[in-house]
Amino acid sequence: MHAAVKEPAVPRGSGLGALGRLSNNVTFLGLLFMLPAAALLLVFLTYPLGLGMWLGLTDTKIGRSGEFIGLENYQALWDDDVFWLSVRTTILYTSVASFFKFVLGLWLALLLNQNIAFKSFMRAILLLPWIVPTTLSAIAFWWIYDSQFSIISWALTKMGLIHGYIDFLGDGWNARWSVIAANVWRGIPFVAISLLAGLQTISPSLYEAATIDGASPWQNFRFITYPLLTPIIAIVMTFSVLFTFTDFQLIYVITRGGPVNYTHLMATLSFQRAIPGGNLAEGAAIAMAMVPFLIGAILISFFGLQRRAWQQGSKD
Amino acid sequence: MASVSIQQTQKYFGQTHIIKGVSIDIADGEFCVLVGPSGCGKSTLLRMIAGLEEISGGQISIGGKVVNNMPPKERDIAMVFQNYALYPHMTVRDNMAFSLMLAKREKSVIDERVGKAAGILGLNQLLDRYPRQLSGGQRQRVAMGRAIVRDPQVFLFDEPLSNLDAKLRVQMRTEIKELHQRLKTTSIYVTHDQIEAMTMADKIVVMRDGLVEQIGTPLELYDNPANQFVAGFIGSPSMNFLPGTVMRSGGNVGVQLSDGVVLQMPSGTAGADGQKVIFGTRPEHVELVGGSEGVAAEVVVVEPTGADTQVYSKISGTEVTTIFRERHDFKPGSTIRLRPDPTRAHLFDAANGNRLAA
Ligand SMILES: Nc1ncnc2c1ncn2[C@@H]1O[C@H](COP(=O)(O)OP(=O)(O)OP(=O)(O)O)[C@@H](O)[C@H]1O
Ligand SMILES: [Mg+2]
Repeated sequence: MHAAVKEPAVPRGSGLGALGRLSNNVTFLGLLFMLPAAALLLVFLTYPLGLGMWLGLTDTKIGRSGEFIGLENYQALWDDDVFWLSVRTTILYTSVASFFKFVLGLWLALLLNQNIAFKSFMRAILLLPWIVPTTLSAIAFWWIYDSQFSIISWALTKMGLIHGYIDFLGDGWNARWSVIAANVWRGIPFVAISLLAGLQTISPSLYEAATIDGASPWQNFRFITYPLLTPIIAIVMTFSVLFTFTDFQLIYVITRGGPVNYTHLMATLSFQRAIPGGNLAEGAAIAMAMVPFLIGAILISFFGLQRRAWQQGSKD
Repeated sequence: MASVSIQQTQKYFGQTHIIKGVSIDIADGEFCVLVGPSGCGKSTLLRMIAGLEEISGGQISIGGKVVNNMPPKERDIAMVFQNYALYPHMTVRDNMAFSLMLAKREKSVIDERVGKAAGILGLNQLLDRYPRQLSGGQRQRVAMGRAIVRDPQVFLFDEPLSNLDAKLRVQMRTEIKELHQRLKTTSIYVTHDQIEAMTMADKIVVMRDGLVEQIGTPLELYDNPANQFVAGFIGSPSMNFLPGTVMRSGGNVGVQLSDGVVLQMPSGTAGADGQKVIFGTRPEHVELVGGSEGVAAEVVVVEPTGADTQVYSKISGTEVTTIFRERHDFKPGSTIRLRPDPTRAHLFDAANGNRLAA
């Protein structure tokens, strides 16, 4: 009886040709199925990245193919004050904007998760900044921040709170806060809607149980909502930080990096030097300089995203 | 521990009237089971006691204090939910300690109480696991542990066993009952399983459609159901109902079934001559007879369960269930003769379903 049970396994393999055997090989099949995705990644991701890396090591200009010059571009950047200014601005822009996007986004998500009037209408409204094309909203902000036609200045003057119009985009720090505010406005829907989706996966009976256990609304948030939301917060904030760090459109439309490079992010500076400035190699080097920061952010989130003990079945 | 008093309680969801004036008195230490078909408002009533739903009318008091406007945490109740509602990100220990932690109890007190509850429920080995790492029965126990560490005045259970398989359900049923005998905490237990109700309850409340149909001990409800609904709901398999007419001649009372057969009833039986009634008899109160006695029934299905034999048959078109202690092997389609025990049968008014007083 024992032999009879095992028998079918032997003839099955030997009866098929090489192709048949390959098609039973899990590793081979796995590679085969990954081929289309790998090809796409190669064409659209690896090639531009490799090209950028190569350009950064040459002295290519627009209209003139360059030669390999080693790390000269990076040495030049090391002594370039404008480059370091853009690094500091990018870090400030990313950290401040991400912080506010998180706090305001979470607050809105919590609000929309309550039983409020016109719930679906409110949710639709919330998505608006996300739906409007970035350039369009950037132009709107450009008007809002205009030194003569600014609606904010106008409103504040009418209310008697200020006397002269605010020079939003002419002053370095004002311009920085202004673009940060625009970025926050633009980024909140993504954070809020994603967190709202996360909130809706939390079973209401947990809140009921906690309420009966004596939890106040704040304790409900602190001990139930927040810990259960952390996996989603980690994902959402990773994306939010990456988007913000590489932001280009808002700055390019509202300030073009001005005044005097005060709002240049690394992405806008890279573009500025490469295309209008014609120095492709230097632009590429600046872009490549963003990579370590991005890898750092991804590593942090990688650890943040690791499944927590309570999320997995058992430890073995 | 405390008594619970529910007086003329009402609940509206918007315009929909869900609880239509329910009054129940539950004594200190009593185990009260709310049963009724799905959607009759059992959970809603329980959640009103817990403070999770507002009370639209009437009054609920716990331990003599009216709790209508009291938030849940001041009511000193603990609730076990159907889906257990364990905090997934907390270990078993933290799940059980949560309420004490919120109440800012000392660590030594918390450890002691959690340890004691874990001991009672056999959870000592599992204290550092997360809910995901537990079986259904273990989760159920943690949910109960979370309730008992608080040492509340009242336990509320909302169908706590319905997610368990049949065998575990029987086991947990016994455990909950033992726990109650040990702690003697007033308990209100919602279920739609009448066996759970019969086996666990000191007092059963049968609800239908937002109203109480009858309140009583399990055997009171079994022996003296107030109406056809309660009679059909309590007891398993449920009571058989045959339409008939009361026949009185001299001192004799009988019920004539639709095919003309007359079942003799005891002399004290109520009901006017010619009154349309429903004759109710439990499956275990029907006897198999020979010759020309009793009523003819056509066998439909025979189900031996080992301990007894359930026979489904038809008496003049009406399906009838019977249980015999002996083993029988009837052919489907064959005819047997059945005689319901008249002293244990019930007559219900065909017009409104109420039991005719004996
Ligand atoms: N939040 C609500 N809004 C409107 N109607 C509700 C709400 N909650 C419950 N109901 C209605 O109230 C009625 C009673 O519901 P409830 O949950 O109390 O039933 P139940 O007796 O517990 O039933 P089950 O045995 O299926 O759990 C149902 O008809 C239900 O549709
Ligand atoms: Mg229910």
